[in-house]
Amino acid sequence: MIMKNIIIPLACGLIFGVGLVIAGMTNPSKVMGFLNIFGNWDPSLMFVMGGAIIVSMPAFLLIGKKMKSPVFNQEEGFSQQLKRNIDRPLILGSAMFGVGWALVGFCPGPVIAALTLVDGNVFIFFISMSIGMLIKKRVF
Amino acid sequence: MNIVNFTPIESLTGGIIIGLAVAMLYLLRGNYTGISGIYFNVISANKSGFIWRSFFILGLLIGPVILSFFPYKNLGFEMPVTNPLLIIIGGLLVGYGTQLGSGCTSGHGVCGIGRLSIRSIVGTCVFVGAGVITVLILRIVGWVSL
Repeated sequence: MIMKNIIIPLACGLIFGVGLVIAGMTNPSKVMGFLNIFGNWDPSLMFVMGGAIIVSMPAFLLIGKKMKSPVFNQEEGFSQQLKRNIDRPLILGSAMFGVGWALVGFCPGPVIAALTLVDGNVFIFFISMSIGMLIKKRVF
Repeated sequence: MNIVNFTPIESLTGGIIIGLAVAMLYLLRGNYTGISGIYFNVISANKSGFIWRSFFILGLLIGPVILSFFPYKNLGFEMPVTNPLLIIIGGLLVGYGTQLGSGCTSGHGVCGIGRLSIRSIVGTCVFVGAGVITVLILRIVGWVSL
């Protein structure tokens, strides 16, 4: 239980956060630079996603398929809850997310990883994002 | 188009490290690393899976702190937009949008594409597309110079 509930998620979160910082994802000007394709373009973010996909894809499609269950989670097995259909909430929600992402240059992972910079604007974004999530839960 | 500030080595390295965390969480625990979902389940106090999700977020917070004790090429921190109103609107849209669209850059962009999910590939194209148009508009109206 300690492996499954504490050590593995803590280690994964930690490694993920280290990756975000090294990749430059916690710098909003790099994210906005990536979205600025029609101007001074910074293609770096493509390499971040590419690198992450190259490593995770074999885990999902090859290694995971050969395993009966995750190493430390025989009880619950591999997560199966995923939707497949392309619907209005997906399109509308992703479009809203894209606009917000581009307005400031932060998405959920990097803004959490940037909290320890103790910057007022990072904090304002983080609180607003949290409120936005809870509004979604209350409204629909 | 004009290529600037390109950091392929650092960004690829960081991306591979992110991919490693994603692969580990899936193979060792069976979960997809969708940060918006993990974080939302913590703040909405969802009892099921609360402990592991909280420890993941804790790791995400302290990872950068631990890294700061080691030598690495810091790619800096700069916010092109500092207007509080725009930051609040951006935050609300990211929070609401990731819940409505059930995923963000990690959930759709990395895990979804990694699984070759058509739904996530569509979601990623929509949020990147919306982002590109938004940055273009921000530049045209002069709210940001990039």
